[in-house]
Amino acid sequence: MPRMRVKQISVFLENKSGRLAQVSDVLGAGGVNIRALSIADTTDFGILRLIVNDPERAYGLLKEAGFTANLTDVLAVELEDRPGGLARALRPLAEAGINIEYLYAFVQKARDAALVVFRVERMDEAAAILQARGIRLVPGEEVYRL
Amino acid sequence: MFWDRTGETMPREELEKLQLARLRDTVVRVYERVPFYRELLRRVGCEPGDIKSLDDLRRLPFTTKEDLRENYPFGLFAVPLEDVIRVHASSGTTGKPCVVGYTRRDIETWADLMARALTMGGATRGDVIQNAYGYGLFTGGLGIHYGAEKIGATVVPASGGHTKRQLMLMQDFGSTILTCTPSYSLYMAEEAQEMGIDLKALKLKSGIFGAEPWSENMRGEIEARWPLKAYDIYGLSEVMGPGVAMECEARQGLHVFEDHFLPEIIDPATGQTLPYGQTGELVFTTLTKEAFPLLRYRTRDISALFPEPCPCGRTHVRMARITGRTDDMLIIRGVNVFPSQIESVLLGLGYTEPHYLLVVDRQARRLDELEVWVELSEGMFTDAVRGLEELEQRIARELDSVLGIRARVKLVEPRTIPRSEGKARRVVDRREL
Repeated sequence: MPRMRVKQISVFLENKSGRLAQVSDVLGAGGVNIRALSIADTTDFGILRLIVNDPERAYGLLKEAGFTANLTDVLAVELEDRPGGLARALRPLAEAGINIEYLYAFVQKARDAALVVFRVERMDEAAAILQARGIRLVPGEEVYRL
Repeated sequence: MFWDRTGETMPREELEKLQLARLRDTVVRVYERVPFYRELLRRVGCEPGDIKSLDDLRRLPFTTKEDLRENYPFGLFAVPLEDVIRVHASSGTTGKPCVVGYTRRDIETWADLMARALTMGGATRGDVIQNAYGYGLFTGGLGIHYGAEKIGATVVPASGGHTKRQLMLMQDFGSTILTCTPSYSLYMAEEAQEMGIDLKALKLKSGIFGAEPWSENMRGEIEARWPLKAYDIYGLSEVMGPGVAMECEARQGLHVFEDHFLPEIIDPATGQTLPYGQTGELVFTTLTKEAFPLLRYRTRDISALFPEPCPCGRTHVRMARITGRTDDMLIIRGVNVFPSQIESVLLGLGYTEPHYLLVVDRQARRLDELEVWVELSEGMFTDAVRGLEELEQRIARELDSVLGIRARVKLVEPRTIPRSEGKARRVVDRREL
């Protein structure tokens, strides 16, 4: 099951102008492509979450540039791109009492489906539940190549 | 007005004779009763009998805050604990506070000196003194309280905080004297304005403000808002508490109560005594204290002494307002805060090599606000917003319980706190005093 996990980069950002641009500069200069991103923020700080083509390299680049970053495991869930597609994945997780910490969508589409990043509790159990419902998890290797 | 005209206007010659007798007595007592001092005096080769004139004061060793910490809690007491009827404490540079003790006679002396100070600020037995200094280990509350009772004034022991209630009491009881930190008086004024209270209609005639540095500008601001005349009072718990020095009606410097405390100004770098008029570190030797006598205690407060006769008739030397510190201590809402205390809290929470910055401001609500910026290291970083918010709250809770001060903790990115020559800058004080 672990191979179903996707590596996500999380970067701590203070809420001040220009920081996001610096992250993209660092990654861009290092030849890293961003596949998906989201920002969670409070009044003081934000956490930038990224799916990239080469997570280890991106992590190294960001560290070198002085950012506080870490790698977290998430699931990339392929959902039917039609009304109710997201609900189909969320319902069984709720029934199993698995909390979702956050989720966000990819900009690009894989085939005709929507691709959504799930950060959940009890990740392996969640992955098994989704797969049992016929929901496809996209493995890391495939996500990085998108 | 005088509380003790004889003591306060004693001719210099007579005063100096009294000081010398009391100094010799103090040196004998600490030599005989405090092992720390006996050792210290032996090390500098000074015997109690060597003190033959006030100039011999320079032969005595200094006492520092570190000495107090190393002898925590009662190691410097010169009387058995059964003769100590009260203790107070102030913050130390790290976790442990500095503890001071008082015999029954010390408490009486203190009350008498506070009665002196309050009388200088216009207090009489007909006054209603609203005491908004904190009651507790801090010397402010109880120090003022005993002096006010000694005068026979009506004391309202309001203690600090509960601003709406303070204002209500002030209106309903017709308080005539307010005692608190100067910044709290401005905070109260803001609150009163929001509540639509006309401060100028209150009966307050004097405010006796201390426990933190302030300026002539602040005095102007306070007096523009309140109907009172604002006086500066000085003291520190190690030496006694409030009532070590106080402004008279001339308000040109604070008279040091020299029959009880011997002041000096030294060069903080060399320890050399500086002549009158020069600015340096203020040092006190206690002359009458029984439980906690101190030889040449280095206050780390920066001031200067002026011997010129004062129009009020008092013969005691005057000290200039405190203009700064020789160390990095901050006084926030009357509470002493050292950056090293913040560091020990962070280390205690398991953060190795914490990088932090204290930002103090007084803009928004007139009350000092402390913000503690902590650089977020990778080990502290969790991907969830909730996790980081909990981290901020945990640090804030710990600071509150250790320092007794509320601070807003802000996590910042690595290397955002300025470093100079490898040493981090720990304090940004944005307060305009």
